[in-house]
Amino acid sequence: MRNGSAFKRHLKLRKIKGGLFSTLFLGSTLVGTLVLIVLLADVLRDSAGWLDWQFLTSYPSRKPEEAGLLSAFFGSLWVMMFTALFSFPVGIGTAIYLEEYAPDNRLIRLIQMNISNLAGVPSIVYGLLGLSLFVQALALGRSILAGAMTLTLMSLPVIIIAAQEAIRSVPEAHRLGAFALGSTRWQVVRRIVLPSAFPGVLTGTILAMSRAIGEAAPIIAISALVYLTYIPTNPLDRFTVLPIQIFNWVSRPQEDFQHLAAAGIIVLLVVLLSMNAVAIFLRNRYQKRTEE
Amino acid sequence: MANNSTSLEARKLELWYRNFQALRDISMAIPRNQITAIIGPSGCGKSSLLRCFNRMNDLIPGSRVKGEVLFDGRNIYAADVDPTEVRYRIGMVFQKPNPFPKSVFENVAFGPRVNGLADNLEEIVEHALQRAALWDEVKDRLHKSAMELSGGQQQRLCIARTLALEPEVILMDEPCSALDPVATLKIEDLMRTLAGEYSIVIVTHNMQQAARVSDMAAFMMMEQDRAGVLVEYGPTARLFTNPKDKRTEDYITGRFG
Repeated sequence: MRNGSAFKRHLKLRKIKGGLFSTLFLGSTLVGTLVLIVLLADVLRDSAGWLDWQFLTSYPSRKPEEAGLLSAFFGSLWVMMFTALFSFPVGIGTAIYLEEYAPDNRLIRLIQMNISNLAGVPSIVYGLLGLSLFVQALALGRSILAGAMTLTLMSLPVIIIAAQEAIRSVPEAHRLGAFALGSTRWQVVRRIVLPSAFPGVLTGTILAMSRAIGEAAPIIAISALVYLTYIPTNPLDRFTVLPIQIFNWVSRPQEDFQHLAAAGIIVLLVVLLSMNAVAIFLRNRYQKRTEE
Repeated sequence: MANNSTSLEARKLELWYRNFQALRDISMAIPRNQITAIIGPSGCGKSSLLRCFNRMNDLIPGSRVKGEVLFDGRNIYAADVDPTEVRYRIGMVFQKPNPFPKSVFENVAFGPRVNGLADNLEEIVEHALQRAALWDEVKDRLHKSAMELSGGQQQRLCIARTLALEPEVILMDEPCSALDPVATLKIEDLMRTLAGEYSIVIVTHNMQQAARVSDMAAFMMMEQDRAGVLVEYGPTARLFTNPKDKRTEDYITGRFG
């Protein structure tokens, strides 16, 4: 054996280092998890006794015991429906164009760079853009449609980037194989690229939607209206959404409204988690189907 | 002159990738219903030449072709020729098996489907799989994923996929380089069986393989500027036993490459 004792001493040191780092990484994982648990526990405690059927089926009110988030809930539902309707096709279309059709030139690179930058623009900026473009210039008013279009602009960069990544992960060998069998580019996209990329595109879209449903800032810029005592019935109606309702309750001095806000947060979280669950479910189902 | 015994013919073919010349002055006639091997050291342009034969290079941005490739007496690079039609009639098998993440059946049915030949799909698929000597191994799992097959089976599936279109020429780009020796022999047997009915062009850096399977052999090399040229082309037996060019002799005797 060559100098066994030096090796052993060194090995011990290496093992200590290894253990140290794995503890460190576990620690950083726990920080995030613990904060989330404390947050949830706090919100749950605050909302205790307030999250009931009356809360879910009532309109906002000056009297905390009569207040509810019915209008905000349906407002969020309306806005999300239209946001998904607009942003999914445009987002996936853009991603397909950039990945499969666009030539590699300066203009395309500029567009690509802009999309990446737009993903980092603060949401309030989109709100101001929506206010001047959709609410005023296009005269849509402070409507569901204007809100959905604003959130669409905000979600698009994220969806496009997620879709591009999903499309890029489709092996080039599959594309070439399809071309070699006489496929046109559209057939390659339709039959090879999209089926493989779809789960990723879907996940990206739903995650962008989850972000959008929790946004208050851009909607505040468009529609400051909070006291809404009806359920919107058409896309040009005025509306409010869950985060704004919550924000409104939080900003009141009376303690009972704080409880209402906590109950609202629970509802928002449940909606968010259900959307993510749907994303996971759809992705798994689709993945199985394409592999068969 | 292209005649009945010629399937494909390159005439003064040159290929560029942007400013880099990949092929220079290639002229060769691929005989009908025989196996032609293209051999040569890495980077000599064998695969590039093969991809000129079904216009796969078109998919690489910045690629340019000069000269002609005659197929049925028609230049496949003529302005009125659609590369889709070229690829429909000239099949290609790739270096690494690349079955689609679909069922065995859907893999074979893919070509007929995209080309609008969806009648009698079952018959077409079964026939193609039989021709590719794969039917017995997959007939009970036609609707299972092709990704579950072994590497050799996947490659035969890719051959079946090509056969389903009844191509006139099959281009094979080092089809065995990712396979074990047993799977390699199966593919070589298959090539010999298919040779009577299809013109096969195979790129290989395995000289034994070229000697075993091919009727004609082409030796390529790159010149100083890295452009690939055709050094010698002739019947395989003659090229391997009595090469005319000193460079061919050096290569096949293992003195370089």
